[in-house]
Amino acid sequence: MTPSASTTARRPVGRRAGTPYAFLAPAMILFVAFLAAPIVYAAYLSLRKVKVSGLGLGAKSRTEIWAGLDNYARSLTDPDFLPSVGRIGLYGLIVVPTMLGLALLFALLLDANRTRESVGKFARISIFLPYAVPAVVGSLLWGFLYLPRVSPITDLFEAVGITAPELLSRDLTLWAVANIAVWGGTGFNMIVIYTALRAVPLSLYESARIDGASEVAIAWRIKIPIVTPSLIMTFVFSLIATLQVFAEPMTLRPLANTISTTWTPLMKVYRDAFTRNDLYAAAATSVIIALATFILSFGFLKLVGRRAFNQED
Amino acid sequence: MKTKYAPLMAALTAAALFTGTACSNSGSSSEQTTDPNEKVSLTYWTWAPNMDKVAAAWNAKNPNIQVTVNKQDGGDPAVTKLLTAIKAGSGAPDIMQAEYQKIPTLVSADALADIAADAGSLKDKFPAGAWNGVTLGSDAVYGVPQDSGPLMFFYRADVFEKNGLSAPKTWDEYATAAEKIHKANPKQYLGTFSATDAGLFTGLAQQAGASWWGVQGDAWSVAIDEPNTQKVAAYWGGLVEKGVIDNKPMYTPEWNAALNDGTQVGWVSAVWAPGVLEGSAKDTKGKWKAAAMPQWDAAAPATGAWGGSATSVTTQSKHKKQAAQFVSWLNSDPEAVKLLATEASVYPASNDAASVLTSPPAFFADQADYYAIAAEASKQMKPFTYGPNVNVAYSAFNDAFGKAAESKKASAFTESLTTMQKTTVDDLKNAGFNVAG
Repeated sequence: MTPSASTTARRPVGRRAGTPYAFLAPAMILFVAFLAAPIVYAAYLSLRKVKVSGLGLGAKSRTEIWAGLDNYARSLTDPDFLPSVGRIGLYGLIVVPTMLGLALLFALLLDANRTRESVGKFARISIFLPYAVPAVVGSLLWGFLYLPRVSPITDLFEAVGITAPELLSRDLTLWAVANIAVWGGTGFNMIVIYTALRAVPLSLYESARIDGASEVAIAWRIKIPIVTPSLIMTFVFSLIATLQVFAEPMTLRPLANTISTTWTPLMKVYRDAFTRNDLYAAAATSVIIALATFILSFGFLKLVGRRAFNQED
Repeated sequence: MKTKYAPLMAALTAAALFTGTACSNSGSSSEQTTDPNEKVSLTYWTWAPNMDKVAAAWNAKNPNIQVTVNKQDGGDPAVTKLLTAIKAGSGAPDIMQAEYQKIPTLVSADALADIAADAGSLKDKFPAGAWNGVTLGSDAVYGVPQDSGPLMFFYRADVFEKNGLSAPKTWDEYATAAEKIHKANPKQYLGTFSATDAGLFTGLAQQAGASWWGVQGDAWSVAIDEPNTQKVAAYWGGLVEKGVIDNKPMYTPEWNAALNDGTQVGWVSAVWAPGVLEGSAKDTKGKWKAAAMPQWDAAAPATGAWGGSATSVTTQSKHKKQAAQFVSWLNSDPEAVKLLATEASVYPASNDAASVLTSPPAFFADQADYYAIAAEASKQMKPFTYGPNVNVAYSAFNDAFGKAAESKKASAFTESLTTMQKTTVDDLKNAGFNVAG
């Protein structure tokens, strides 16, 4: 754009140099107040600790002191921390492929059926609906289904004469929690992938059909490569959600012996902060989780970078 | 002048907040003037039901000291909120309901004010055990005992009769009854070992003679992995291993259903149990009876506590004297004690409780001696000292005993005590407390 002489004359340079900053201000203030400052404060807290003197009763018996990397050392050597990391690793191996596989399958099925709009709409909404249910509510619902005495699932098993599996027992708890995540997350991922599929021009499929490609071949050779960026994005989201799994096991915990207070890393953060009243250890673990999330997501994006963003290549 | 120093003041305030030295309270509050005609309003955090009605009786008589009740979700969330407010330097109420086991934690966080000057004279109105809970054995008074939860045993009288049993007087008899009932009907259990209820296990250890924390000079001692508690853990582990009692947590939809459909036919609980049974087991009304706790030594009856709380004044209150007046009235005035029992449905800690509780709770309408049993249990309460990190011990209990209950091995139960002991001591040491031994 080449500004004409008249417009430059009407806009004196300098007088409104602050204008862009004024427009930026609300976003910047919110960012600093609610994101940057708390992060910096958490990082600061993670390097501090409280030192109690004597019996620790009464005023002035607690002083906050510099802790260096003490809290980090304690976090990483906590006997409960590594098992919780291993647990979410396994959980991720179950949840992410299952959830994304189902989401892709549903999206492809819905897309194959573009003509029958009403059926598609109904299916789409019913698959998406669990995503709209808050995780705590969903976990409570599933919790009721998992408890043998109040669960209709048990009744079904007994009706056909099989002993129902104890879903909250030691071997199955991880699967029971993973099931809630898959149930709640598939819909969202399905919508993302489906939206990407809808953007593909129909002419592409027509030419494929003319070349004699079957529906399966179209899905495999055209549709899936085209939605790869969406798959990568949903994968990163799922990865982050896995690292942060909290609401489901937290809600199920009082119902079972098998979920400890440090079942996932975030539950350990919660326990340290609110049960043990040790904000400093909680801050250190939070920083570790944040760094791990950062490294994993950006590492993955770097790995697949070209495919994710330059699909035309 | 004012504007000139404003940036400096702001910077200082920010610095003070940032370094966390937000111990604003004690200094300013001691200088408070007490003009008798000054109108003050106090906030009161509590989770007991209908406490606003009890406060209304006070407000009607004390136009200058108006108390507003702020209903809390329960003991744990209220403590979390209070500790956060104390750390932030503002936002705490004037008056706070505090469970006995949380008082050392709160005192250690400098959240509770010493009201010895205003409430110290109330000592003789409460059982020694309850009073010890608010003084922590010192000269300070960190609250006035509000309610107590002496352990009692509840059982389905019809099921016991059918099996030719009477209420167990000793733990041996309890074990025999549990086995007999489960053999007669494999779906029925006399009880369950709940790994989610550390408070109950603590009460059972208390009954056996344990006191998990103690003060030795200027150091804390921790005795969780000790013979009395080991006896209790081995006993319950044995019952779970045999399979004669259940191993599922209490307070789950499943447990409620089991109480209601007659698969759980007994409950080791506390004086407040009727309120819970009324909600969970409403179809079985009239079939339950209350009894004194089974004993380790029938010749020397003892009991422990599950629950119970005091009413405390917080260090952030600007009107500590008035708050202490309300707290004293609430827990010792005969009219207030009666309201606590009838409106708020708590079992008052005051020695006067027996005189205001004449008719049994609705769920046990046929049992005229209900409160006589409770009063007897109150007197037999063993002393128990809580420490400054009860929460740490309790969450260690949840994790260790959760695994043990799931494994159904008696040996895992006693090993869990070793884990609890280590976790609790390590936490104290790490925080810098002096720990003896």
